[in-house]
Amino acid sequence: MATKQRAASKTRVPFERYGLTDGQLVAIFRTMLLQRMLENRGFQLNRQGKIPFASASEGHEAVQAGAAMAFERGKDILVPYYRDLGLALGIGVTPYEVLLSLFARAADHSAGRQFPHHYASRRLGLHTISSVIAAQLPHAVGAAYALKQSGDGGRAVLTTFGDGATSEGEWHESLNFAAVHRLPVVFLCENNEWAISTPLDKQMGQPDIYKRAEGYGIPGIVVDGMDALTCYSAVRDALARARSGGGPSLVEAKCYRFLAHTTDDDDRAYRSREEVANRRKDDPVPRFEQLLLEYSILEGQDVEALKRGVLEEINEATDRAEAMPYPSPSHLYDGVCADRGEPWLG
Amino acid sequence: MAVVSTQSSVMNNVEAVRATLYEAMKNDDRTLILGEDVGARGNVFLITKDFINEFGPQRVIDTPIAEASIVGIAVGMAMEGLRPIAEIQFADFIYPSYNQIVGEAAKIRYRSNGEYTCPLVIRTPYGGGVRGALSHSVSVEALFYHVPGLKIVAPAFPADVKGLLNASIDDPDPVLFLEHKKTYRLIKGEVPNGHYTIPLGKANLLKEGSQLTVVSYGLYVHWALEAAISLEQEGLSVEVIDLRSIRPMDKAAILESVRKTRKLLIVHEDNKFGGIGAEISAMVAEEALFDLDAPIRRLAAPDVPAMGYAMPLEEEYMSSPGEMADAMREMVKF
Amino acid sequence: MASTDIATGTLERYGLRDEQLRAIFRNMLLQRQLDNRGFQLNRQGKVPFALGSEGHEALQAGAAMAFNRGSDVLAPYYRDLGLCLGIGLSPYEIMLSIFARAADHNGGRQFPNHYSSRAAGLMSFSSILAAHLPHAVGAAYAIKYRGEAGRAVLATCGDGTTSEGEWHESMNFVAVHKLPFVMLVENNEWAISTPLEKQMAEPQIWKRAAGYGMPGRRFNGFDPLETYAAVKDAMDRARSGGGPTLIEGTCYRYLAHSTDDNDMTYRTREAVLERRKQDPVPAFEAVLVEHGVLTPGDVSAMRKDVLRETNEATDAAEALPYPQPADLYTHIYEGAWEPWQS
Repeated sequence: MATKQRAASKTRVPFERYGLTDGQLVAIFRTMLLQRMLENRGFQLNRQGKIPFASASEGHEAVQAGAAMAFERGKDILVPYYRDLGLALGIGVTPYEVLLSLFARAADHSAGRQFPHHYASRRLGLHTISSVIAAQLPHAVGAAYALKQSGDGGRAVLTTFGDGATSEGEWHESLNFAAVHRLPVVFLCENNEWAISTPLDKQMGQPDIYKRAEGYGIPGIVVDGMDALTCYSAVRDALARARSGGGPSLVEAKCYRFLAHTTDDDDRAYRSREEVANRRKDDPVPRFEQLLLEYSILEGQDVEALKRGVLEEINEATDRAEAMPYPSPSHLYDGVCADRGEPWLG
Repeated sequence: MAVVSTQSSVMNNVEAVRATLYEAMKNDDRTLILGEDVGARGNVFLITKDFINEFGPQRVIDTPIAEASIVGIAVGMAMEGLRPIAEIQFADFIYPSYNQIVGEAAKIRYRSNGEYTCPLVIRTPYGGGVRGALSHSVSVEALFYHVPGLKIVAPAFPADVKGLLNASIDDPDPVLFLEHKKTYRLIKGEVPNGHYTIPLGKANLLKEGSQLTVVSYGLYVHWALEAAISLEQEGLSVEVIDLRSIRPMDKAAILESVRKTRKLLIVHEDNKFGGIGAEISAMVAEEALFDLDAPIRRLAAPDVPAMGYAMPLEEEYMSSPGEMADAMREMVKF
Repeated sequence: MASTDIATGTLERYGLRDEQLRAIFRNMLLQRQLDNRGFQLNRQGKVPFALGSEGHEALQAGAAMAFNRGSDVLAPYYRDLGLCLGIGLSPYEIMLSIFARAADHNGGRQFPNHYSSRAAGLMSFSSILAAHLPHAVGAAYAIKYRGEAGRAVLATCGDGTTSEGEWHESMNFVAVHKLPFVMLVENNEWAISTPLEKQMAEPQIWKRAAGYGMPGRRFNGFDPLETYAAVKDAMDRARSGGGPTLIEGTCYRYLAHSTDDNDMTYRTREAVLERRKQDPVPAFEAVLVEHGVLTPGDVSAMRKDVLRETNEATDAAEALPYPQPADLYTHIYEGAWEPWQS
């Protein structure tokens, strides 16, 4: 099969790889696989009764792996939301760290305080995540202001959110302020068409979020969020513009949420199986796999090996994280403030 | 109080805020001020007048009218190493930023297990007695003092304004700094020159007395003190404590005083139900019930949504020094 | 101004009759006179506070003419003296508000210029910018929900308010539900001391309409007739099920924000004087005189009459009593209220 495709590809125009090396393309694909399989692991662990909750990002693999490839580690700052597993992995969070978060272990960055997938890592420039929609956006703007203020050129903030967040007042306030001050920040909207159960047409009067950019006086870009490479390209350009003093951009990646909102949600209540199955045809993971095979970036056996490697890594991370202890009850009281944070003194 | 210089200047509370902010801006270029009309206008009370000329529009930011983002952006700045001082023009305008203060700023450290912190000061003028009507008069402290992770300061005197504002700016956690606007120009006092701090959570014993402890903060500290002094002519001895900080609060100072006078009156401008006085009462009841010779009493605003604009409505809402003296007299004679 | 073309001598009156043109002009005179009266009373120490709306007269009088009394709902902000006069509030009611008298609609509770009148369809609003917009959206939803064809909500705000999250949330919601709603932005270029360029990167606010999926339009708010036409067009669309519109009228704030503000701390007298050349009140007067809608004698008589009405309203309101202290405790909930139930 792989042979046939290779033969076919000879007659084709080379695909647009936006300057990415084979190694980078494979890295993007591996992040996508890792995201999908880790996500499934979360749902499995929930069904097994081992963890109370997991949230889902299936369908976001392309936009997240692509955006992560545009992120400069050690320089840029990521201010994500809770559906950004692949983005977190792509900038350097390990599967083990993700599992620690899922299992709420003491060794987790938040020491088991936060919901799963609410990572934070100062080392990676990954801001602590809130479950409150759009609450992170002013933080991203403030962080971008700090970068600009420090005169530390060449750095930018990448902040992400779903379509649902664009209805929040803080979304508006954040874009407006960033535009006024031409801050180094990229607003990446992962438009998956669903705010839990609310479809786009109940969320907004017209479905193209990028079109709002003009009203703020900033560039608005729309990309196919199921295509990792155009997502990479759009985010790379927007980040480059931000890093070089060109101000903020609004990038809208149109993707789809294949799973329910979380393990606590049953999406059959508000959308049909047919709709989801229909959109599955555009699943970004096999789509990208196909592309890599077609252009011989990977052979069939490479893909199998990659998948096995990812699964092993996840299994190992699962076992290791599960074996770690919970935080001790006394940890409830730690770190409220720099001091004890006791309300009564004396 | 670590006073660097022995010299002092007479200032009112506005001048004390201004001088402290000025020094903070001068001494640390990580410090910046953001809020509505803080730049060219120099803040509606002229607290930051001309700051923009000296420190530039990058550090004195005239924000759009968008309070949620004023606080939220300050949170992001603080997370990335700046020391923002956010201003909410009037405490009455703070509600749109409630989530960013309560849900975000107060929880950044805790939820990231200390990887990220939020050293941020939110300054806001509050309180009535200035014909501010429903939207320029409120006291907001009770809406925030329930929140772990947040600190709340409400100084009454210029020297405390400076020492506590310095401490708030230095503090590694978010501080809500409440400035009573009626005291802005009304209250003058000696302010030591040079940099000094007053620790958050330390009350100030303003007047010693033996028959009753009065605990207050903000504008009412001044009126309670005036009432207590007037009662000396009647031979009544009232002790007055200025809390200065609402969260954390000085338990030791309150208990020590109450154990001496055996009576407690709490006076505040915010309404009574669920107010600061309720927490103090509960604490004293838990810790010192059998030291009391009289029921604890709270003199506070009535349970109505706001003071009105018309003079009689404002006067009815607020407690006067005379009403405070009456309450003190009754308590002493109980 | 666009309503008249001096060269051709035409007056674009958008179907308005002479008496309607005169009513618009009288409303503009009355707004200016009452505005000045508030500032005078403040200087005399009779009232602690007053707000200015000079420069908004044409916009507000024109918009008010497009408002259907007894049917439409107005959700204004605190700089809408002329709009409130234009939909039926009397100078006496304005003076009651300025003097905070018991007979004021709000019983002296609210700041001056914070009117409300159920009879006039004027929703109560606070000093908090944008807080009234979700209310206006809710009112529009109620109209649509009840199927009350021919009714619409006219909501107003300044340029400053468009930065608030609630502004965005309101615009988004009316667009989703295609509500009978008109967002009229009175862009006077100043949010107290903050100029447009510090408020927004794109100074044409109407351009945001496309992002919400609704029509947007900008008009000259110094021209009462162009304003009337723009507001009427949008209100008619709203009333007939065509959904919301964002319209932006450009004007200028000639006075300080309020009697507590000194605008010379942040803008120059020259800049203000330059814009005074376009003052909509004398400009509209000139148009009406030129086209014989009013004679100079009519104008003088009208000015005298407006002054008389303002004086009478001032005296009548000042003579009335303040609310009683006991009035502090009424209208908190339905019935009497104590937090502790016995």
